[in-house]
Amino acid sequence: MSEYVIEMCNITKKFPGIIANDNITLQLKKGEIHALLGENGAGKSTLMSVLFGLYQPEEGVIKKNGQEVRIKDPNDANALGIGMVHQHFKLVHNFSVLQNIILGVETVRGGFLKMDAAREKVMALSEQYGLKVDPDALIEDITVGMQQRVEILKMLYRDNEILIFDEPTAVLTPQEIEELMKIMKGLAAEGKSILFITHKLNEIKEVADRCTVLRKGKYIGTVNVADVSKEEMSEMMVGRKVSLNVEKDEAKPKDVVFEVEGLTVVNKEHGKKVVNEVSFQVRRGEIVCIAGIDGNGQSELVQAITGLIKADHGTVKLKGEDISHSSIRHRNTHGLGHIPEDRHKHGLVLDYPLSYNLVLQSYFEPEFCQGGFLKYDKINQYAEKLIKDYDIRSGQGGKTIARSMSGGNQQKAIVAREIDRNPDLLIAVQPTRGLDVGAIEYIHRQIVAERDKGKGVLLISLELDEVMNLSDRILVIYEGEIVADLDPKEVTIQELGLYMAGSKRKGAQ
Amino acid sequence: MKEKRLGNPLQHTGVQNVLAALIAILIGMLVGFVILLITDSSMALKGLGAIMTGGVQDMKNVGQVLYYATPLIMTGLSVGFAKRTGLFNIGGPGQFMMGAFAAVYVGVKWTFLPGGIHCLVAILAACLMGALWGVVPGLLKAYCNINEVITCIMMNYIGMSTSNVLIRAYIFDRTKNQSLRPVDGANLPKLGFDKIFVADVGTPSSVNAGILVAILLAIVVWVILSKTKLGYELKACGFNKDAAKYAGISEKRNVVLAMVIAGALSGIGGGLNYLAGAGTGIAVGSELAQQGFDGIAVALLGMSNPIAIIFTGILMAYLTVGGLAMQSYGFVSQIISIITSVIVYFAAFILFFSQIIGKLGKRGGKNDANANADQTPPAPPVQTEKGGDAQ
Repeated sequence: MSEYVIEMCNITKKFPGIIANDNITLQLKKGEIHALLGENGAGKSTLMSVLFGLYQPEEGVIKKNGQEVRIKDPNDANALGIGMVHQHFKLVHNFSVLQNIILGVETVRGGFLKMDAAREKVMALSEQYGLKVDPDALIEDITVGMQQRVEILKMLYRDNEILIFDEPTAVLTPQEIEELMKIMKGLAAEGKSILFITHKLNEIKEVADRCTVLRKGKYIGTVNVADVSKEEMSEMMVGRKVSLNVEKDEAKPKDVVFEVEGLTVVNKEHGKKVVNEVSFQVRRGEIVCIAGIDGNGQSELVQAITGLIKADHGTVKLKGEDISHSSIRHRNTHGLGHIPEDRHKHGLVLDYPLSYNLVLQSYFEPEFCQGGFLKYDKINQYAEKLIKDYDIRSGQGGKTIARSMSGGNQQKAIVAREIDRNPDLLIAVQPTRGLDVGAIEYIHRQIVAERDKGKGVLLISLELDEVMNLSDRILVIYEGEIVADLDPKEVTIQELGLYMAGSKRKGAQ
Repeated sequence: MKEKRLGNPLQHTGVQNVLAALIAILIGMLVGFVILLITDSSMALKGLGAIMTGGVQDMKNVGQVLYYATPLIMTGLSVGFAKRTGLFNIGGPGQFMMGAFAAVYVGVKWTFLPGGIHCLVAILAACLMGALWGVVPGLLKAYCNINEVITCIMMNYIGMSTSNVLIRAYIFDRTKNQSLRPVDGANLPKLGFDKIFVADVGTPSSVNAGILVAILLAIVVWVILSKTKLGYELKACGFNKDAAKYAGISEKRNVVLAMVIAGALSGIGGGLNYLAGAGTGIAVGSELAQQGFDGIAVALLGMSNPIAIIFTGILMAYLTVGGLAMQSYGFVSQIISIITSVIVYFAAFILFFSQIIGKLGKRGGKNDANANADQTPPAPPVQTEKGGDAQ
């Protein structure tokens, strides 16, 4: 019997214009947690899709316990004991936890479901692996963390031996991540083999035994996690040295460029003030960060500032001008740059080519538009310039449809568009969500550069590391209110956590 | 990339779409043939032949194809344009009928206008009336968030009944139970088409300048969609409303505008259809204008591309003329409706077909593609190896 439970040997998978996997070998030992590390677009997901039977490789073989196997579709993968937790869960929202777990492998007697046996097995698994779930709760009523446990139970219920986790922590809170790490260790201890796709080095350090690194579709190497530092791994991933800390000089704040006073947004459905009398100022040359746990009014605050929703009262002033009632277009053309929270929903027209997306905020300017006709030459030239200046990578340059680009490059395109318009205030909402180290470093540097050019920057982030590293001033938002105004140099992450959880209040207002 | 495309036409999306549309037509004809066989097997081949060649049987029929194609292109453009902006304009029949009424009313009543201008004003009236019938669903969608499909369908019935009432009140021809005919000065000029498209026995076709207007407008719509700021905004709204809003585009204004333009196009279709001097008035009855619905088929088959819609409109008209020819072998005209329906049905699979064609193309040109891909790897390999060595 082979040492490896799964081997993917010399896998090559091509797509038009790109080799997604170029001769990649991945060997998974029984009972190990094996991380698959790479930037967005490095080919991690493609490789896992090959293993899960969603794609057929052009070259290479897959072996299970040393025996060559062919995986034509996910059913084959399932029969071989390969299960996958997708990044976006595949659950039926109005079904109960139990119903979701047995969906597709129901046991029946005479056409009737045998739920009792299934329930017993689910509860036993839940007990054995410490996956706490309420079998009768509806999916739509439970937390994301619990939904993920349901996905894991689905794999276990199907007696899968090889578990693939596709960026499982992207959607979780810090506490839930800790919980998941424990669960993964428990699964490995019970003899399950885990493939863990991620680009978060902390997590790899914490749980993984070995780590395979991909870069731009190529196999870079496999290392024992214990033997290498985070810096070494990130260098393997990106191909050059990256600093994990943001390098920036002391802020030199100048005059106030942006001012919010008494801003209040009332939720139409439940009548609660989701943004409650928020007041703050941003000066030129400083990065002000609004920190808080997701869902404490950050999104609404930003949308009210940018005009996407109407504020119920309060004023927003940019460069002294009251823009509280201005149109979105007026705000955008009068000094506001906005990197939106959801790049797919707001940031990009995914079915437009990259070049169109790069002028989404400026296509109407005389530079690109004359007499109602768009000047495509100029638009293409401008797009080529941004692509070069901001190192946006895509298959076919400006003609690439935005949808086909990797998340990191989509985000770079948005950052390029918003920064290149030379705004006085740059609002960046979770600008690095779901991005890899290389892209994060790049975007952080751009944001700092904007600050140093004398712009005001308003950063909204859920990542504590980002908050601590990047900001010059931290405002903590809790239940729609600013509860603290802090200096990042004088506050610890633990303290910040207390403010965010609402158990501490200081200064501000 | 370019070389690869040229080297393998099956990989080109345009070619794929045309091939896929042809497959849909082929399947439609096959089904039609089966029905012909069931109805009267001895005549089936002749019937099929008539459908296939009816449109080019003589020059008159060629002209008739263009004559029937005119309103279909217009309603096809209407549906296709709305589709590109994310709206489903199923209100074609109502817009078409009201446009037709407005054109005929002007054509019958406003005889004080001189020849050429009379016709233009009639078309303009059709355009405005169609736009009016489009603006209602547009406003309701934009400001009350009412699904345009529902309001469009209601506007169809309102349009049909309103035009009936108005025709009876102002321009009714009792003896024929239809509207009066526009005076000659209001009709579209023949441009000598009646000399070219003539049957062997001497009767001319009804084709007129309308077909040129339709083609011209198709080009205009294409220019609007692909070259102008307006098109950029409309399509952005169609693809992603939220991103359009984020970019400061007023999506409400665009929804209204898109429906106005779509309605105007259908309305002009109605005008062109009855300003043909073909000797027919608007029939008073309780049927929705078929051309309005056929526009959905035309747009669907043309994948909402204005230029493609010219051809799919002509194709549908070709089948109509073929269907008329088929009737001389004793088949009922409904068979042609079945064929058209099957084609439309399979047109919905166009995406599916073009994917298959794309795959076949890939398989056929695999070696070729591989060779190209090897020459242009996505990343410079030197740099990558360097990075690897550093470990």
